[in-house]
Amino acid sequence: MELRPILATLRRHKVILWLLMLEIALSCAIICNGVFLVAQRLQHMDMPSGIAEHELVQIQQAPIAPPSDRYARAQEDLATLRAIPGVQAVGMSNQVPFGGASSNGNVMLSPTQPHRTLSAAEYFGENLVQTLGLRLVAGRDLRPDEYVDADVVIRELASGSGKGFPVPMIVSQALATRLWPQRNPLGRLVWLTPTASFRVVGVVRTLARANAYDTATAQYSMIIPLHMGADKDQSYLLRTRPQDRQRVLAAATAALKRADPTRVVTHARTYDRIRSDYFKDDHATAGMLVSVIVAVLLVTGLGIVGLASFWVAQRRRQIGIRRALGARRADILHYFQTENFLIVTFGIVLGMVLAYGISLFLMMRYELPRLPAGYFPVGALVLWGIGQLAVLGPALRAAAVPPVVATRSV
Amino acid sequence: MFGYYIDLATRSLKRNRALTALMVLAIALGIGTSMTTLTVMHVLSGDPIPAKSAQLFRVRMNVFPDDTFTQGKETPDNMTRRDAEALLHDARADRQAAMSAGSMVVTPPQGEPLGVEARYTGADFFPMFGAPFRYGHAWSRDDDAAGARVAVISGALNEQLFGGGDSTGKTLRMGDQGLRVVGVLGDWDMNPRFYDLSNGQFGDSEQVFVPLSTALDLKLSTSGSTNCWNSAPDPHAASAPCLWLQYWAELDTPAKAAAYRRYLDNYIALQRQAGRFSHPGQVELQDVMQWLDAKGVVPSDVRLQVWLALGFLGICLLNTVGLLLAKFLRRSGELGVRRALGASRRAIFLQCLVEAGMVGLVGGAFGLALAGLGLVLVRHQPTDYATFIHMDLRMLLGTFALALLSSLLAGLLPAWRAMHVAPAAAIKSN
Repeated sequence: MELRPILATLRRHKVILWLLMLEIALSCAIICNGVFLVAQRLQHMDMPSGIAEHELVQIQQAPIAPPSDRYARAQEDLATLRAIPGVQAVGMSNQVPFGGASSNGNVMLSPTQPHRTLSAAEYFGENLVQTLGLRLVAGRDLRPDEYVDADVVIRELASGSGKGFPVPMIVSQALATRLWPQRNPLGRLVWLTPTASFRVVGVVRTLARANAYDTATAQYSMIIPLHMGADKDQSYLLRTRPQDRQRVLAAATAALKRADPTRVVTHARTYDRIRSDYFKDDHATAGMLVSVIVAVLLVTGLGIVGLASFWVAQRRRQIGIRRALGARRADILHYFQTENFLIVTFGIVLGMVLAYGISLFLMMRYELPRLPAGYFPVGALVLWGIGQLAVLGPALRAAAVPPVVATRSV
Repeated sequence: MFGYYIDLATRSLKRNRALTALMVLAIALGIGTSMTTLTVMHVLSGDPIPAKSAQLFRVRMNVFPDDTFTQGKETPDNMTRRDAEALLHDARADRQAAMSAGSMVVTPPQGEPLGVEARYTGADFFPMFGAPFRYGHAWSRDDDAAGARVAVISGALNEQLFGGGDSTGKTLRMGDQGLRVVGVLGDWDMNPRFYDLSNGQFGDSEQVFVPLSTALDLKLSTSGSTNCWNSAPDPHAASAPCLWLQYWAELDTPAKAAAYRRYLDNYIALQRQAGRFSHPGQVELQDVMQWLDAKGVVPSDVRLQVWLALGFLGICLLNTVGLLLAKFLRRSGELGVRRALGASRRAIFLQCLVEAGMVGLVGGAFGLALAGLGLVLVRHQPTDYATFIHMDLRMLLGTFALALLSSLLAGLLPAWRAMHVAPAAAIKSN
């Protein structure tokens, strides 16, 4: 196909050409960035928790008044829950991955360093490795005799004595790799305060934090063997078969109420609910982004249809003349298709620059990563596709113009 | 003349229905998306308490000991009990309140125990934040001092526990403890919940209000962030190294606010002299809107969506410009005849703009419907703020203003080109 006549024609319709190019450029920029943002959200929503998500349910309760012995109450409750048919394991935790409310500690590699090395999630509670279904990749699980009441530890720390430390603990692989790259983490010490030291006895493959905002640090977690007293901030976690979850939840709620009718069960839900609640904003935003991208494609496509129809109508006579001079239908069809391809290509080139600019703006304003180069071809391919699809109708209509038009005046 | 232009525009728009529909659709989609996101933004960034937002100040200070203090780091949101009680004792503001969120389990006269959201605060809270009383009144400052066993409950809880009506004097039971109800609130919802953003920025207000001193006596459980820089067996103890109380001051004039700021600076200086720390310390005194802005209450997702929607509106407008241009130029012949018969360029320009404006108005009407639909979708999203999103009169008028403005803007270039059509050439080429 000869390009020169097409370019010559376009040069004579500069204003409309520029409008179309700008529209395509803007679409291209929005689509590139939009698809990237959606991909990021999806990736974020896909973040691994490291736990047996579909087999877990969570129960939180609040007593009417603090029980005289919170620790004894917690052990009674755990025994009650363990007796429920279908329950495979029972644990207790101060937080759950993606649960929102978090407890974090400042990790130091020596007791005297002035500032923390990093912040990591502190999981306190009973039987977490087994109940959550964590994968131990090195070392061992915490032993029942290693657990201490939380109040005892806090009192020791407040008095400044180092009695009872170092306490054994389990760390996530991500944390171990960050603290001791390429070295064996087992047996190493960390400090959470200048007097509170902890010795790594086990490493689990993955355990996400409760507030995993930042992907880079989302998997920095520690499990510390503390007995927690029963109170409203602790979760009872029950492992069961996926199909038994609702039944176990109902039975567990009833059993806890039977044990103490004055308490209130504030949360009784599957872990799947916790996860979807946590990522609900990402879900909503991804949905919004996808609808805008679709709308952009629709409007751009319809705009091309409209302008191409106008052009075809305007050039009916010229098309007739070309046909009368021997051009085949296919030639006319290809003419409009090539013309569209050229305009879209100009637009895409402009759009790439714009997309890059928008990406820089988003990086500054919203701390988003730079738009990866791989997304540019996505925008280009989509727009070429939309352009060709949109121009097909008008181009076919142009190809159908009979040569006899050339001989008629209007 | 204007009527004639409208008549011409209607005829012209009717002549090519597909093209008209395309333009209306583009404007409607652009306006609908933009107005949906702008409405969300408008609601979320609104002033929750317009009458007093310039008089209510969040007080924050940095009193970390030297080994925890980092220069330039943000001043913490909450205060220690020690500092909050010192400021309350001095009472230099017109009104002041320290507070914390909490949760309680209450036993109704009949039925199951009930978990309720609570706020532990002082007597000044109610007049400060404009909380209206349906029955009874707030507790007194003496009640604060004495840790009196009193409570104020929300209208909804009054309904739920006591079946509505004047419940002052009744007892709110929590196991073997009881609080005397002294007041029942009327409708009072602050969204965003600016007075304490740490327990959900949007949502219903608390169901029970209890004097802070009473809550401390009864060891009622608190919610929200508690940040201790040292191990503390009881983070709520009088001298515990823990930040957990929100502090608000009401200062009715700018002069009072300036004086209060000096008082706070002085307070920090005295603490330094007393040897609590050797760094200069930090004080923040921010009114409601400054505070909301500092906390970034409008989610960045929402801002992103507004930018996206405006970009989309841009695409829709470019689209409309192109289509209008095509349309007007195609009518060169007709325009040429009008020019030849004596119509001025201005007349042609106005005629074309009227046509563009009509497209805008119709597009705006459809856009409004789309925005309504969009808002229904937003309300069905599982976000915290979903239920508060609604369109008010200002946004409604804004929709039409934006539609008209953008369509006229889109019409400018095509109308300009149309009025420069050379009459002779246009007629001849036809």
